[in-house]
Amino acid sequence: MDKNKKPTFATVWLSGCSGCHMSFLDLDEALIEIANKVQLVYSPLIDIKEFPEQVTITLVEGAIANEEQLSMIKKVRTRTSILVALGDCAVTGNVTALRNTEIDGDKKVLKRAFIETSDINPQIPNEVSKLLKKVYPLHEKIPVDYYIPGCPPSPENILYFLTELLAEKSPQVEKRTKFG
Amino acid sequence: MTNEPINLTIDNIKVTAKQDTTILEVAKQYGINIPTLCELEGLSSYSGCRLCLVEIRGSTKLFAACTTPVTSGMEITTNSDKLKEYRKITLSLLLSERTHICSVCVANGNCELQDLSNELGVDHVPFEREWTNHTLDSGHNFLVIDRNRCILCTRCIRVCQETEGAHTLDLKNRGKDAQITIDFDALWKNSSSCTSCRKCAKVCPTGAIYVDDDFISKTKDKNIANFLLKRRQL
Repeated sequence: MDKNKKPTFATVWLSGCSGCHMSFLDLDEALIEIANKVQLVYSPLIDIKEFPEQVTITLVEGAIANEEQLSMIKKVRTRTSILVALGDCAVTGNVTALRNTEIDGDKKVLKRAFIETSDINPQIPNEVSKLLKKVYPLHEKIPVDYYIPGCPPSPENILYFLTELLAEKSPQVEKRTKFG
Repeated sequence: MTNEPINLTIDNIKVTAKQDTTILEVAKQYGINIPTLCELEGLSSYSGCRLCLVEIRGSTKLFAACTTPVTSGMEITTNSDKLKEYRKITLSLLLSERTHICSVCVANGNCELQDLSNELGVDHVPFEREWTNHTLDSGHNFLVIDRNRCILCTRCIRVCQETEGAHTLDLKNRGKDAQITIDFDALWKNSSSCTSCRKCAKVCPTGAIYVDDDFISKTKDKNIANFLLKRRQL
């Protein structure tokens, strides 16, 4: 098969714990099967810096919590045909969005992480991207094509989803997975 | 006259029912599943969750199956596409109203709200969430109430009043600000009426009221109200 004719595939990691990527890696030997059907073009698992111009399927883990992630996801959306919210953070905000329950939650998490729990030189870094006032699930900022809830979604469900999608069927994943 | 059975149809199935029974009761007898959250056998019906809404031919209005009595010749639909869509919206609104984070909830895996979302195919919440920060009261020796996980089904209030007879729990405020209160807005540890019977934790469909340091799968008991009611009738 002509390698260039395979659908391109990317995974993106926003504000999440990487658990969804771990669950994806837990596909184990099924990864070889998937790898034969797609061309992996961008992922935290490989060393490519810039998100490619045209991607067929992108799995997105994590919620949108800072300005960099917001511009990143907008770029990903314009360059992706099928964008998938993978896991509860991307679908609902999940633990990442718990700071939304506090007034000035963005300032409070920074203070907690860099001042209160710091052993030496407590200071809030200014080199990192500015936190948004609130954390957003993907669909509140960009259109999402498929949702795979779960914290994390099980490898079986990710495999089912990708297998169906790559066979050009429309996966009915919502009855297999649950929040949490 | 009053004891004459009633004939009606539910989802095109011809059924016979006694007078003064509700649509939900008849559906259950015939094995027709209507989703519910606030309804619990052995307690009075509240029709607050709006998940058991059904269509009755000849009316544009929707009816709560748990409180609508059957009448002769009714033609009831319980599972049309319209109802499925409405139930998904209702569940989404319940999920968006408070801070429901399954992954950090004690009831994860033992939650009726979570199970129903799964069953009815709610894979995301299309509304902006409220992210409430209501008070949590863990002052009681072993009972905890986290109002952020409450869906206001009032099962705890009804079981406390109707089965236990204590009426410790009640509602305060209205609309989205409505909350379960203990006595006259007291802390649980100061409650003079609570008998610490745990029935509220047993019937709570979510993780809003739970027993601290106990497996939630052992704590929950949906049949408790019905069981006690039947024992008392013996």
